[in-house]
Amino acid sequence: MTINEKQDELVADFSMMEEWMDKYEYIIQLGKELPLIAEQYKTDDNLIKGCQSRVWLHTELKDGKLFFTGDSDAVITKGLISLMISVLSGQTPKDIAATEIYFIDAIGLRSHLSPTRSNGLLSMLKQMKLYAVAYKAKMES
Amino acid sequence: MDNVSTLAAPALDVARIRKDFPLLQQATVYGLPLVYLDNGATTQKPQVVLDTLEQYYTGYNSNVHRGVHHLSQKATDAYEEARKTAAGYINAQYSHEVIFTKGTTDSINLVASSFGRTFLQGGDVVLISTMEHHSHIVPWQMICEEKGAELKVIPINERGELLMDEFSRLLDERVKIVAVTYVSNTMGTINPVKDIITQAHARNIPVLLDAAQAIQHITIDVQELQPDFLAFSGHKIYGPTGIGVLYGKEAWLNKMPPYQGGGDMIKTVTFAKTIYNELPYKFEAGTPDVSGAIGLAAALNYLQQVGLEKIQQYEEQLMEYALQALQQVPGIRFIGQAAHRSGAISFLVDDIHPYDLGELLDKQGIAVRTGHHCTEPLMDLFKIPGTVRASLSFYNTFEEVDKLVAAVNRAAAMLR
Repeated sequence: MTINEKQDELVADFSMMEEWMDKYEYIIQLGKELPLIAEQYKTDDNLIKGCQSRVWLHTELKDGKLFFTGDSDAVITKGLISLMISVLSGQTPKDIAATEIYFIDAIGLRSHLSPTRSNGLLSMLKQMKLYAVAYKAKMES
Repeated sequence: MDNVSTLAAPALDVARIRKDFPLLQQATVYGLPLVYLDNGATTQKPQVVLDTLEQYYTGYNSNVHRGVHHLSQKATDAYEEARKTAAGYINAQYSHEVIFTKGTTDSINLVASSFGRTFLQGGDVVLISTMEHHSHIVPWQMICEEKGAELKVIPINERGELLMDEFSRLLDERVKIVAVTYVSNTMGTINPVKDIITQAHARNIPVLLDAAQAIQHITIDVQELQPDFLAFSGHKIYGPTGIGVLYGKEAWLNKMPPYQGGGDMIKTVTFAKTIYNELPYKFEAGTPDVSGAIGLAAALNYLQQVGLEKIQQYEEQLMEYALQALQQVPGIRFIGQAAHRSGAISFLVDDIHPYDLGELLDKQGIAVRTGHHCTEPLMDLFKIPGTVRASLSFYNTFEEVDKLVAAVNRAAAMLR
């Protein structure tokens, strides 16, 4: 599936849930289920700075594709990280670098990507794209 | 809730009060009626304040202290009348001891800069407390750095109360000013400011009180309490944003140089020398926030009409009820459990992140604040990332507290 197909699928899933609390129930479930990152990668180096809820991100390149793992100390943020990773992980650096993330906005959680919120999700997305751009440049050189 | 019956009858007719606040009548969030419990951040405005602003802009908007024309005179009169109202509200001896500022932060910066430039030298000490807002830390840090002075901090106990023995110990001849908050914005602790002032004055040390979280909850009489400076914001006491007050004793204000230069603060200007205006204008450079000052006066008059004593009594009942009701939430932990408190209640539930809790409260129509509340050193002390803070006003009801408790229970069940 392409990045956008995955995004569209998530938007469709969320549109079935009418109540806000149901949407959150689902996000929290994702957040609780996924031990996203191996403990050894939960280092200060992988900690995304400037966030009030802490977010860790680890990136690996395998067979020309990028794989992300991440974590947060806030469970809603963790659920959203899990969604973000499910959309972007396993895609090529080229595709990730070029992508526009619209599903967060479409499911009504735009505030999570607001710079004033400083919950780490926006910084994480920026970091993911930075890695993608860097790997893309490396692969092209 | 059972708790209601154990309390005395409410000291205020809150249903009637709420009719004075249009936002409380109209606002819904996510289709639910708004439960506004973020009054420590800012308060809603009564209709009379909104009407006053509209009347000013539609009837006599004009610059003050300048024109000979009728409107300018009318605006000047209203602006100066507002100063008298603010002075009366805190029982200042002279109305020129009230300086209009942009808000508490601006008032504190004025004192830190103007007092600091004149009275601080290398080796001197500025004494603040652990529970200060960033606005009451950073301006002092800046001037201390500039002057080579030292910032010392009064510690607190685990309940969030100042250690007064430590305060007395820290109060030596190096201390040039004591700057403390009257009420903690994070924990609601009411500090023993009378005792602090008495001890400081015994050593001829002036005291600045940050009253941003006190002025709307506690009756303040500066002639009785005797602070040398007192700062508060209009928007936290039901007035407009952008206006604030610095009260300063005449003797101190006269000894301090102007904070900013500009129009209104001068008597005469030549390229060789400027003669500064007298109090209060010396500290009000540029066109002031005329509408803000008039709006603030309308808010203060409104509170006096409702009755400060009744407001205080009702807010105490509401605080007591809220603490009892929240106590029943499984796993709740209060951050700050001072014996004397007002306004704010900070808490955490189990190890749930305050952001998660705040977000699910929001989705249930409840406005609270989450985070460090601009008191990072305090959060570091308690080793927590932040808290959920509910802050109460006299327009909040017991039913709203019940809704908060139910919403916290529901959110916690989802997040556990």
